Amino acid sequence: MSDTQSRLEIVKKIAVEIAGPNADKVDRESRFPTEAIEALKKAKLMSALVPVAGGGMGVGMIELAAMCETLGQHCASAAMVFAMHQIQVACIVRHAMHQPFYQGYVRELLEKQNLIASVTSEVGVGGEMRTSICGVERQGDRFTLVKDASTISYGAQADDLLVTARRAPDAPPNDQVAVLVRKADYTLEQKGAWDTLGMRGTCSPPFKMSSKGVVDQIMTVPFSDVASHTMVPFSHVLWASCWLGIATSAVSRARAFVRAQARQKPGAMPPTALRLAEAAAMLQAMRTNVRDVQNECEELMKSDEGTQSLSSIGFSLKMNNLKVTCSQQVTQIVQHALLICGIMGYKNDSPYAVGRHLRDGHSAALMVGNDRIYGTNASMLLVLKDD
Amino acid sequence: MSEEIRSILKQHARLSVDVATIADDADLYQAGMTSHASVNVMLALEGQFDIEFPDRMLKRGVFESISAIRAAVEELTQGR
Repeated sequence: MSDTQSRLEIVKKIAVEIAGPNADKVDRESRFPTEAIEALKKAKLMSALVPVAGGGMGVGMIELAAMCETLGQHCASAAMVFAMHQIQVACIVRHAMHQPFYQGYVRELLEKQNLIASVTSEVGVGGEMRTSICGVERQGDRFTLVKDASTISYGAQADDLLVTARRAPDAPPNDQVAVLVRKADYTLEQKGAWDTLGMRGTCSPPFKMSSKGVVDQIMTVPFSDVASHTMVPFSHVLWASCWLGIATSAVSRARAFVRAQARQKPGAMPPTALRLAEAAAMLQAMRTNVRDVQNECEELMKSDEGTQSLSSIGFSLKMNNLKVTCSQQVTQIVQHALLICGIMGYKNDSPYAVGRHLRDGHSAALMVGNDRIYGTNASMLLVLKDD
Repeated sequence: MSEEIRSILKQHARLSVDVATIADDADLYQAGMTSHASVNVMLALEGQFDIEFPDRMLKRGVFESISAIRAAVEELTQGR
């Protein structure tokens, strides 16, 4: 068995035996999926992306996507927390390993399996990740940074935070840096609740974050490069993989339902079977969509030239299209599963329940709003010449 | 169990001969069972014995004869 296979077996075991059995409780109580994340930490998977040369597993995007999909089949909140953490790790290992502070941090990550949350959102910027209001205030070799974040997923449960801010308070809004701040050096003041339709276990309320640290914690590579070369591609592929897990699980419940119907009356095709055939085709289209972009990303990331082309207009469009199409596909597929399972899908206590799937799936179009992405694509299409 | 299997075959296998005259090891496909009919046989077996045939067992040989079916059902109900 290859390393990849055995790691995926471990993730599957965690998904089936730990994340899945706790998923309803996590959803109902809107609480963090502690058990699943603890199990992933125990399996040392929080540092999966750290290259083998640096003492890690050297897992790539494709394998990570498969892990997210597997977790997503059993608990979408746990899958999304895992995905968001890995996106932060990817930014660090791909852009900051020349900085002694980050070399030390990654060594600690390998050992302690710290959970890293992202603080990109900010009150007042209207969801635009590439703009900040707050700025890093330097005094000698120290800094302070205060950010009014409109949402920090698992902020209260995280060990460390990766925060975006202007390079300095007087820098332009898009001259941003990423800064890792440590648990002992920040405080979070919760400014609201997280009582949502779905993805309830991600625990993502607004917080006012106040932090301090040494300037070595500021990434030297501009955030614009970190975002286009790593954060955006990893986000779109890993999020889409979580959603693919949700859709896969809904279709598998629908399949079980149709088979049970068929068994009751062999020879008579259940009326739901055609809709199942349709859902299976939709799922395949969604899966192909994710696989295509993740394969291309992983290939491009292998070379410097390829990495540069990740920020090309053509590839940006492609990734944005992955996000908007998958976020629509997931709810359409789950909706189909609901129609197939009928009242048994609507009931939360049934083995064919897909209510949580539907509620979790609806987050997909909103986390970075699809209309915002379509707007970006619209302007890129004005200048793209790919014929 | 063979009787239950025979009763399912009688209802769903659409054999060209009376199932009662068939030996346990006789080839059901030669006796006229189509692959479409074998799907219904499988569904009826799943319903009757409360089992699910995994993908690895969805092949011709598993439904070829009464004894082959019995062996498969026994494997799936083992340990109950």
